[in-house]
Amino acid sequence: MTSIAIVDYGMGNYHSVERALRHAAPEADIRLCKQAQEIDAADRVVFPGQGAMADCMRTLDEAGLRDAVLRAARDKPLLGVCVGEQMLFERSDEGNTASLGIFKGEVKRFTGPLFAEQLGAQTDRASRLKVPHMGWNPVRQTRPHALWSGIADATPFYFVHSYYAVPSDAGLTVGESQYGVRFTCAVAHENIFAVQFHPEKSADSGLRLYRNFVDWNP
Amino acid sequence: MTIATASSAVSGLTRRIIPCLDVTAGRVVKGVNFVQLVDAGDPIEIARRYNEQGADELTFLDITATSDGRDLILPIIEQVASQVFIPLTVGGGVRQVSDVQRLLNAGADKISMNSAAVANPDLVRAASDYHGSQCIVVAIDARRVKDAPTPTWEVFTHGGRKGTGIDAVAWARKMAEYGAGEILLTSMDRDGTKSGFDLELTRQVSDAVAVPVIASGGVGTLQHLADGVTLGGASAVLAASIFHYGEFTVREAKDFMASRGIPVRRN
Repeated sequence: MTSIAIVDYGMGNYHSVERALRHAAPEADIRLCKQAQEIDAADRVVFPGQGAMADCMRTLDEAGLRDAVLRAARDKPLLGVCVGEQMLFERSDEGNTASLGIFKGEVKRFTGPLFAEQLGAQTDRASRLKVPHMGWNPVRQTRPHALWSGIADATPFYFVHSYYAVPSDAGLTVGESQYGVRFTCAVAHENIFAVQFHPEKSADSGLRLYRNFVDWNP
Repeated sequence: MTIATASSAVSGLTRRIIPCLDVTAGRVVKGVNFVQLVDAGDPIEIARRYNEQGADELTFLDITATSDGRDLILPIIEQVASQVFIPLTVGGGVRQVSDVQRLLNAGADKISMNSAAVANPDLVRAASDYHGSQCIVVAIDARRVKDAPTPTWEVFTHGGRKGTGIDAVAWARKMAEYGAGEILLTSMDRDGTKSGFDLELTRQVSDAVAVPVIASGGVGTLQHLADGVTLGGASAVLAASIFHYGEFTVREAKDFMASRGIPVRRN
């Protein structure tokens, strides 16, 4: 029986992640983990995150879990979700925050003339894009991956975010969406898979992705 | 007619259809102006059904008045959240940041505030700073107080019973500045009338804020849902009775919107 640690550092929707994992993998041993030893002992690790990146990094450090996440990222199946995906990169424009630096690249805000926040009078107000990017958006699978198994290309997943990761190495990208800009919404490298969207809120396709994670042997 | 939806070359984001469940004493009810409540069924069963039909989110409004009663919604949210894996918004009776925490712990993804935001706008800021704006919705109940050529709307609280003298468009703008991640906008004039959204109100608020706006109040036909997006500029449309009584399924609503060129998620 596989054991899955959900990193619980006080920020995020880890209860939702836990519920979805239990539903997708009723046979698995799924635990919210506040202790580094528990994370070290698990077979697989899910790293969620929600809210401001600076708060997420600070609380992760206060909980003393940064090193445990870095250790898991070295050799265990690791799934990053939302800010948990963003934190894998080097830094974020949100609060100019340094993050874990497992992947090279930065996290940027949706910005530009297409977005409602640009108050340029000449912009057609009716067609401006809102921020946060909130709702279901098709995810184009740019590379095959075990975690896409059984999920059709361009299946919509549920997003809620104002920032998105821009990997330096385009080869990390396994999924993209379009919101004013074509942006990376899923990355993968060896034992790590991470998504900007919320599989735990993406109905059957999201549950399938969690199931695929549980079955994944990178 | 200008179609307000951005082309898919710019954005793939779909417009959301959100069935709304008014909950009291453990049951879903539907009333007109909060009176003549009619039982519409078991919340978990209804939530499941809408999920199967492809609802993009669900909104639960706890319309139970007493403070003891408010806690009754927690077990319902817990049960729904462990069986239905789409975003859940919960509103009604949220007074303080600790209420937000309790509802999030129970499985809500977004918390909607209405009267409490008017009484204490800093609550919106505090809740948004702590939990992130993505989970804070400000609900605005607006009544038209001046008609054309320059209509205005007033914010009402306490289930539409109390006028505030606040201009609804200005209030929406202020709440977005305070950290609301989304505005749930209900036309009190249209609510329960089945005569369609107040599209002028929807358009004005949608243009005034950079965050998504959910249009609510007055849906009687599928065309009304489409109008909320194309004419009102709403990111999402919310309806209750047309779905509860089986007049239309969520899937039919989506098929109709798609036929009008509106991007929707279909499963």
